[in-house]
Amino acid sequence: MSKAPVEYLLHLADNAVVLGQRDAEWCGHGPILEEDLALANVSLDLIGQARLLYQLAAARMGNGATEDALAYFRDDKDFLNYTLVELPNHGALVGYAAADRDYATTIVRNFLYSALMVLVWDALQKSPDSDLAAIAAKSLKEARYHLHHAADWLVKFGDGTEESHARAQAALDHLFRYTEEFWTPSAVEDAAIASGAAVDVRTLRAAWDAIVADTLAEATLKRPEVRGYIPEGKHGRHSEHLSYLLGEMQGLARAHPGATW
Amino acid sequence: MSSTIEKVWATLEHLTDPEIPVVTLRELGILREVRETDAGIEVVITPTYSGCPAMGQIEDDVRASLDQAGIAARVITQLAPAWTTDWMSDEAKEKLRAYGIAPPHRTCGSGGDVSVVHFVRRVQAEPVACPRCGSIHTTVTSQYGSTACKALYKCLDCQEPFDYFKPY
Ligand SMILES: [Zn+2]
Repeated sequence: MSKAPVEYLLHLADNAVVLGQRDAEWCGHGPILEEDLALANVSLDLIGQARLLYQLAAARMGNGATEDALAYFRDDKDFLNYTLVELPNHGALVGYAAADRDYATTIVRNFLYSALMVLVWDALQKSPDSDLAAIAAKSLKEARYHLHHAADWLVKFGDGTEESHARAQAALDHLFRYTEEFWTPSAVEDAAIASGAAVDVRTLRAAWDAIVADTLAEATLKRPEVRGYIPEGKHGRHSEHLSYLLGEMQGLARAHPGATW
Repeated sequence: MSSTIEKVWATLEHLTDPEIPVVTLRELGILREVRETDAGIEVVITPTYSGCPAMGQIEDDVRASLDQAGIAARVITQLAPAWTTDWMSDEAKEKLRAYGIAPPHRTCGSGGDVSVVHFVRRVQAEPVACPRCGSIHTTVTSQYGSTACKALYKCLDCQEPFDYFKPY
């Protein structure tokens, strides 16, 4: 029976844990109480998915590998997540500018990512790698609700007030180029596709385009033109933002290795 | 069913969900199976949502009950087939409703026939009945409630705000 390579499991797990960490930044800062709870719950799902994937990767690596070691003791260049998921919860800044969190950026990112993941998990639940298929079947149920939540807000923002529309469009213009990374396989993905246990994301592009077109039309938002730049987070070449995110996420575990409570 | 297996079921029968204490783990479909293998007795539980913080508590509760009854058994966490609200017994759904939580009102099937692309609109059309007055004149307040498995709804007839256990 073919099994997905460990690096492919890490790619999936790293996406989930990094986005889970980003979404969790809203905990206690949500624009309204209901959204504070919603984002915390989405984060829990993502971190739960990451745990299952890290546990599977650790079991296959052997040599005492653990889920905690994979999450807390790998450095930024070892992370194989998309650049999209590590970007801050606000738009681009110039020079010494600072920004508060922008909910439109968070919603657009969650929308673009979960629109892909419903398709990825749907394909992977049929993987001959039965351990991965089991995780995919669970994650699909959760990703559908993540997509539903994000699409719902994207329509509210886009088809809302002048300001909410402008901010949703700005977030879309800022983030859309990062989705180019989805469609260019890395060496890790190529090896995984060759194993027969993974999904070739390029085959999902038309379906992803349809979800995006459908929701953007309802939200009265324009799909930005993108060309040229292809981010390389999944190759381990990240933006500076991942280092700060990991600094916060891994700091405690590294300060007190092996601590229990 | 062997008497040993019956004894294990009887021991675990009373265990309830840590967050919804009116329904048992068995009624929710979290406690899946008790089996005798060459390696001894195995109790199979299955996680609900991937990140559900109650799962650790549930496993501890199962172990503690087995220990207390002097039963040597292994607790196995099994992911496949993935937990679904379809496994909730009718009795559990009725208990949820009486507790003030609207139970999932539709089944999920195997999942294979659900269109991923058109899922977004499908869900919004769901008529969820108010657990207090039974009206389906209700509206969603938030897709997520106090936990990932629930959404927040409000009854437009009796004004009751309530949790809805989402089909999963
Ligand atoms: Zn009512």
